[in-house]
Amino acid sequence: MEKMPKWADIFLIPLVSLVLAAIFSAIVILAIGEDPWAAVKLMVKGALGSTYAWGYTLYYATNFIFTGLAVAVAFHARMFNIGGEGQAMLGGLGVALVCLYIPWPHWSLALIGASVGAALFGAAWTAIPAFLQAKRGSHIVITTIMFNFIANALLVYLLVNVLKPVGMMEPATSKFPKLIQLPSFRDMFSTADTIMFRGAPANITFFVAVAACVAVWLLIWRTRLGYELRAFGHSESAAKYAGINPTKIIMVSMLISGGLAGMMAINNVMGEAERLVLNAVEGAGFIGIAVALMGRSHPFGVFLAALLFGFLYQGGAELALWTSIPREMIVVIQALVILFTGALDNMVRMPLERLFLGLRRKPAAKPAAAE
Amino acid sequence: MTTPAIELRGISKAFGPVQANKDISIRVMPGTIHGIIGENGAGKSTLMSILYGFYKADAGEIFINGKKTEIPDSQHAIAAGIGMVFQHFKLVENFTVLENVVLGAEDGAMLRPSLAKARSQLKQLAEEYELNVDPDAVIEEIGVGMQQRVEILKALYRQADILILDEPTGVLTPAEADQLFRILGRLKEEGKTIILITHKLREIMEITDTVSVMRRGEMTATVKTQDTSPPELAELMVGRKVLLQVDKVPAKPGAMVLEVKNLNVTDSGGVHRVKDVSFTIRAGEILGIAGVAGNGQSELLEVLGGYEFGKGEVLINGQSIDLTGRHSNGQTRRERGIAHVPEDRQREGLIMDFMAWENIAFGYHHDPKYQKNRLFMDNAAIRDDTADKMQRFDVRPPNPMLQAKSFSGGNQQKIVVAREIERNPDLLLVGQPTRGVDIGAIEFIHKQIVALRDQGKAILLVSVELDEIMSLSDRIAVMFDGKIMGERLPEKTNVKELGLLMAGVAGEAA
Repeated sequence: MEKMPKWADIFLIPLVSLVLAAIFSAIVILAIGEDPWAAVKLMVKGALGSTYAWGYTLYYATNFIFTGLAVAVAFHARMFNIGGEGQAMLGGLGVALVCLYIPWPHWSLALIGASVGAALFGAAWTAIPAFLQAKRGSHIVITTIMFNFIANALLVYLLVNVLKPVGMMEPATSKFPKLIQLPSFRDMFSTADTIMFRGAPANITFFVAVAACVAVWLLIWRTRLGYELRAFGHSESAAKYAGINPTKIIMVSMLISGGLAGMMAINNVMGEAERLVLNAVEGAGFIGIAVALMGRSHPFGVFLAALLFGFLYQGGAELALWTSIPREMIVVIQALVILFTGALDNMVRMPLERLFLGLRRKPAAKPAAAE
Repeated sequence: MTTPAIELRGISKAFGPVQANKDISIRVMPGTIHGIIGENGAGKSTLMSILYGFYKADAGEIFINGKKTEIPDSQHAIAAGIGMVFQHFKLVENFTVLENVVLGAEDGAMLRPSLAKARSQLKQLAEEYELNVDPDAVIEEIGVGMQQRVEILKALYRQADILILDEPTGVLTPAEADQLFRILGRLKEEGKTIILITHKLREIMEITDTVSVMRRGEMTATVKTQDTSPPELAELMVGRKVLLQVDKVPAKPGAMVLEVKNLNVTDSGGVHRVKDVSFTIRAGEILGIAGVAGNGQSELLEVLGGYEFGKGEVLINGQSIDLTGRHSNGQTRRERGIAHVPEDRQREGLIMDFMAWENIAFGYHHDPKYQKNRLFMDNAAIRDDTADKMQRFDVRPPNPMLQAKSFSGGNQQKIVVAREIERNPDLLLVGQPTRGVDIGAIEFIHKQIVALRDQGKAILLVSVELDEIMSLSDRIAVMFDGKIMGERLPEKTNVKELGLLMAGVAGEAA
């Protein structure tokens, strides 16, 4: 018997967690002598108040959808991929190589090529940790996080020694050709009279991310591979009995996960920076973990959670820009949200479950009394 | 009239919406053996856990020797003279018997005086009750029967006058069980009160003075054992008449289906589990493998099921199958016509978080009739198939959308059996088909297995329940320490002979 209705599990718990996180954030803001209500208003205005603000929020959300999906897919096979950061860096490398060294006739073809490049490079970066987990039992958490550092070192080396054009001071590649510039929201939604999303980085990749959500949903719940993946994630012993190959599931789930994380690079490298720079990922790989946790590893949940974190990211940046609330404060707020929605899930869940059990028992007793 | 040693009045306990115990009252007279019998989930264990202080009753009172007693935790239960022997022993494996007995009952900070005291007491107890155990033996090196004695000694050392035993014979050979019953008889003579929880009717009839029957959280009857009979108890347990004996006609063995030749299995820990096992099964017969759990039966099933590896030769319909795991797994076995009802349905046979329909496809998810096209599965088709199977195998509730964990043990097992039998396999491997399954479902599952045999299929049945082996099998092989000790025909053998084989005592060649 279910302890509580499904809608409560999916919507009520994250909502209560969020409210709790907001309350604690307010207390912290009060403690440093600022006005929490003003801060909220500023965040909402800065993240949702204009098409410009939305353009940033959705840009960040796009990153988080990819990294969140990456973590979610691996979760279903009970693999904890916390190497999204490194996989996204490598994805960026794939995008840069595809964009710089292949003469694309049109941006749409380049987008397809870059998607493939990003996914392949991201996936390749998980291949070694996945293989070590499948064949040697080396814990995926340890290996993927170590691969983040290796990815960083690799990227520094390549950007400084190989990819940097002669004469440039910054460790970055040269700009991608103008011809393959992805359409931004401004290009797509502005009319002759009004310019929308002016200066905002959101671009067509957002729709690729939405498509990825649908694709992941189909993969997990409609295909044999998804079925095997979930079966393995729920019970390895049962999967063995059924003849599901553990090595295959670990490898495939991690490769898909890495590919999704890598695809984030279409957004930030090809869509926004239009060249590969160091630290392009900016922690989005780690935020993906929180997004997947909060989204209950369901693509639709990941989508909503990514929007929320996009809002926090953009709203937080505005807060740092316009108030004396220090930038670190934003990290505190984000951390509180992650803490309450992810780590302290049971703290909210248990009382709510008890509440629902109590509610259920009463109606069962009532009819007798009413008659 | 003597005061009862234990009297429970109006005990009720609910877990969420589930009423585990409903207004239960019971009197256990001192110096008697009182059996409590009921199906899984009838509330026996909950009731005893309340008595031992693990759970707090929602309502009701407990009287020990006529005195109203509160038992908030097990310390109070021990103080009130109650000792409990659990189904799964609670012993420290690498401690000696003596250390285990003293554990939790030390007299002071220093261990030596307690141990010395315990040693002399153990000697005394051993003489008094014929409970001989070497106090310096390490637990992991002594047999299960001995370990159980240690549990009883632990209780007696804590001056228990009332002893509760929860399914004590589940892990014992028949001979060990007889010894246990002798000890219990001796304890009774010395005036101890014993509560025996079991689901085995035979044990109740053999040893108890009084028996209480529980069904769905309620105490349905308390009767003198001599005034009742197994069919009557079974009816009280289930609530309707049940067939205790399986109806079957003699087997008509046909062509050879399974040949196992010199099979050896070494597990991942390097332990040699199956040693030179050879046997055959023909179409239309059931070979039962008897034995105490842990004597290689599980590994035998796993190798045949394709997910443990071995050396030797196994032929299905005259064709050999791969035992190395390099070219085979559970999938290829199914393609070869081998279906498998695994011993542990919760760990292997089902995914407890999956819905019933997802479990019906489990292992057969490559079946073309479950696919919509090359890319996607046809979930609607699986659901229809599931609804159909659930109806034919009387799974309750017949709702394909419920998670496996929300079904009772019997209904979970019916889902597994339905999935495997409906595949119409040449060979069906069945491990512990009725473990944790209620009597009504046992009857049903047994009928299905016999029906499959009568369709001319070969069946390998592994069970630790001798009654089950005796009533279902056409031939019986006994496994001990990885070896097959011998084969017998059920009509030409008896529990005693099988019991000796199960204990590793080789009989005269059959």
